[in-house]
Amino acid sequence: MKGITLKIDGEEVKAREGMTVLKAAQNAHIRIPTLCYHKKLEPYGGCRLCMVEVESRGSAPRLVVSCLYPAQNNIIVRTRSPKVDRVRKTVLELLLAHAPNSFELKELGKEYGADESRTGQEPSFCIHCGLCVRYCAEVKKKDAIGFVDRGIHKEIGFVPEIASKECGKCKECFPLCPTEALQAAYIFVEALAFPGQGH
Amino acid sequence: MCSHQDLETVRQEILSKRDSKKPCISICTGTGCLASGAGEVMAAFTAEIESQGLKADVDAKGTGCPGFCEKGPIVVIYPEEICYLEVKPEDVAEIVSQTVKENKVIERLLYVDSATGEKAIHESDIPFYKNQERTIIGNNIKIDSKSIDDYIAFGGYTGLAKALLKMTPEEVLDEVKKSNLRGRGGGGFPTGRKWEEARHAAGDIKYVIVNADEGDPGAFMDRAVLEGNPHSVLEGLTIGAYAVGSHEGFLYVRNEYPLAIENVLIAIEKAEEYGLLGKNILGSGFDFSVKVHRGAGAFVCGESSALMTALEGKAGEPRPKYVHTVVKGVWDRPSVLNNVETWANVPPIIEKGSDWFTRYGTEKSKGTKIFSLVGKITNTGLVEVPMGITLNDIIYKIGGGIPDGKKFKAVQTGGPSGGCIPERLLDLQVGFDELTKAGSMMGSGGMIVLDEDTCMVDVARYFLEFLTDESCGKCVPCREGIRQMLKILTKITKGKGKPGDIELLQELAEVASEAALCALGRSAANPFLSTLQYFRDEYEAHINEKRCPALACKELINYYIEPEKCKACTTCARKCPADAIIGGKNLIHMVDQDKCTKCGTCFEVCPDRFAAVTKLSGVPVPANLSEDQRVIVREVREAKAS
Ligand SMILES: Cc1cc2nc3c(=O)[nH]c(=O)nc-3n(C[C@H](O)[C@H](O)[C@H](O)COP(=O)(O)O)c2cc1C
Ligand code: SF4
Ligand code: SF4
Ligand code: SF4
Ligand code: SF4
Ligand code: FES
Ligand code: FES
Repeated sequence: MKGITLKIDGEEVKAREGMTVLKAAQNAHIRIPTLCYHKKLEPYGGCRLCMVEVESRGSAPRLVVSCLYPAQNNIIVRTRSPKVDRVRKTVLELLLAHAPNSFELKELGKEYGADESRTGQEPSFCIHCGLCVRYCAEVKKKDAIGFVDRGIHKEIGFVPEIASKECGKCKECFPLCPTEALQAAYIFVEALAFPGQGH
Repeated sequence: MCSHQDLETVRQEILSKRDSKKPCISICTGTGCLASGAGEVMAAFTAEIESQGLKADVDAKGTGCPGFCEKGPIVVIYPEEICYLEVKPEDVAEIVSQTVKENKVIERLLYVDSATGEKAIHESDIPFYKNQERTIIGNNIKIDSKSIDDYIAFGGYTGLAKALLKMTPEEVLDEVKKSNLRGRGGGGFPTGRKWEEARHAAGDIKYVIVNADEGDPGAFMDRAVLEGNPHSVLEGLTIGAYAVGSHEGFLYVRNEYPLAIENVLIAIEKAEEYGLLGKNILGSGFDFSVKVHRGAGAFVCGESSALMTALEGKAGEPRPKYVHTVVKGVWDRPSVLNNVETWANVPPIIEKGSDWFTRYGTEKSKGTKIFSLVGKITNTGLVEVPMGITLNDIIYKIGGGIPDGKKFKAVQTGGPSGGCIPERLLDLQVGFDELTKAGSMMGSGGMIVLDEDTCMVDVARYFLEFLTDESCGKCVPCREGIRQMLKILTKITKGKGKPGDIELLQELAEVASEAALCALGRSAANPFLSTLQYFRDEYEAHINEKRCPALACKELINYYIEPEKCKACTTCARKCPADAIIGGKNLIHMVDQDKCTKCGTCFEVCPDRFAAVTKLSGVPVPANLSEDQRVIVREVREAKAS
């Protein structure tokens, strides 16, 4: 594997070919906030919180999602800039409308000055990061939980037949959830679909 | 067929069996005409020809759509090219005995210009067609859409033979590059460059793909091409495959296009039979086969990465692509995706040369483009025009202007995430960059004409509503951002907008444009941004004065009867479904605002000579009159008149 050197926030950072900018930054202990990223999972690129500004020779700076963008030699990365911060602030405002009590979102919101009063509140808790769905599919290979419907109607749903067998003893995806949605959905399904099996 | 000579021999054979003087009746059996009864008309012709014993002397065929669907079923009688519109089965016997046998024109079936009253006998005399440049759909009405012989008779597959037998793949690529052909499906990306990247990408297996998803509501140019002339698309695809070095192609077509699927499957079968698809095409040594994939029909599935994901058999969700699909597409193999119309442009470019193609157009947009012209316009339908034509010419010369004496307001181009262009820019030349510069885009060729009664805030709301529904929901700036935008726009049209809304909308628009994963989200704010750019005053009127300048937003208008105009004809009172009109004999009528549901019936039915019902917006409704003020004293008027 070829060695790569790039600059992140003014700092020279070494990386290997095939690495993402996020990974390169993490290795150098440079923090980039993420919501839908997990080191065990294929990058998803859904939350857009990890966006950074990238400048490669000659081209104007552009926004890319660092959890997907491949590290390349000599590129210049800025993890904070007015543009980056504005995207993060807006993304957080949009998500806080759905999960106003999420500890993780509230902390990030504070950091980026998100004003959740600007967006119409509509608590629905799940922010569709897909961590639970992808974890169960990619790591556990059980597909006990999935997305149903599309777009703004998209929701997570346990598949009762599988969940009743697998989830009680697993629960590995629960701590990944940035909001309380997963727990709530599980309790709900548990009560409805497999009463009495519980904890 | 295994050589160029064979193709020519077959063509000559087909032509020798045909007599150019023999009458031929072309009946459009495209989806539009079928819906207005072309199937019955076709059956009537077959029966009539049979019963008059003319089977040997007259041909009749079902063809593709020439674009004027609004006036369908369309029948053209060759060789005279007499064009009849809105033909019914009852007209068929007369057409056969009068026109086909006697060469007499049936006046009542001709096109009549609604403005001048002039009639047009030939297809090419109809103003709608006259000002077009129909290199792609012009043959539709001549070719039996299910017959490969017909396509060959009209010169079909000449381009393919030339490419495979007389040109190297590089030469084909160069010709397409020289033509400056740009993608007709949305982005306007140079087709030759795309092919070149795929040609040079690593890997033995490469794919070429036809995008026939056509998700834009109201658009049907791709359907018309694919359904009417499927071989032109297959021929283009095969030429592209040769240039790229691909031996496998896909045709991704939405399931809602059953006739297109049927015709293209027939076309593939016939082309294979004739040696124009499959192994060793025309003896060239080049192999190529095509599979048809039926799409599930979500708008976002037309986006390239979503379409490719769907081809792999997964849910059609966009994928982030920092590596281009021409390098890593379907199953991570180099894949060239082009729109139906793009592919259909390829055969004539190869056959006639890039110089022929670049005769039309502006500096950076060459050739022709098919638009679907709809909305508040006299002639609706598909129009194929040379790039560089002005919007003015499309709307007035081809479209025949705005009906009902209304004023033009704007034209929306580019599909749901396109933009609106105002009257003062009507001299704009149609081209990819020209439209983008004006804040709209070419898109796949949607063109919706809006008149003065259209509220531009409501237009933005309408398109954002569509896009919110079609967002795949994967990324936050799109799923949540445009949904919040829709919420704010809806409030504004209901008179609940507040200061700061425009700025918040702009911010959300900016973040969606910069941060969304796919082009749906990145362009979703266009309807808002372009209407704000040209019609900011309408936004401000809604927010600050609670007034809808176009008098269209229901929540912001009141129906009001002007006392001095009401002649107490009682029509409105009788028709009002809400019983909201305070009427009475010889009494000036009044709208009871508390009961009125704003259905607009009174406004419609009040006789034109009185035109007493008006819409008010942003102003208080005048107080109702007292009983004695309402009495109409007719004697006085009559006395005056005598
Ligand atoms: C949301 C969305 C929907 C699209 N739908 C279509 C479509 O229905 N047909 C099409 O040809 N291109 C569509 N496109 C454009 C394609 O992504 C792609 O650019 C095009 O098929 C490439 O072909 P072309 O270069 O010949 O235009 C769509 C793009 C987006 C973002
Ligand atoms: S708890 Fe259930 S849904 Fe979650 S990872 Fe385990 S099996 Fe999958
Ligand atoms: S339930 Fe939690 S982990 Fe699962 S998609 Fe929703 S927010 Fe993400
Ligand atoms: S922009 Fe919209 S349609 Fe595209 S990936 Fe994001 S959510 Fe899906
Ligand atoms: S707008 Fe409709 S409901 Fe209102 S007064 Fe007129 S007819 Fe009646
Ligand atoms: S962490 Fe990269 S998009 Fe969510
Ligand atoms: S379908 Fe017949 S004119 Fe369009």
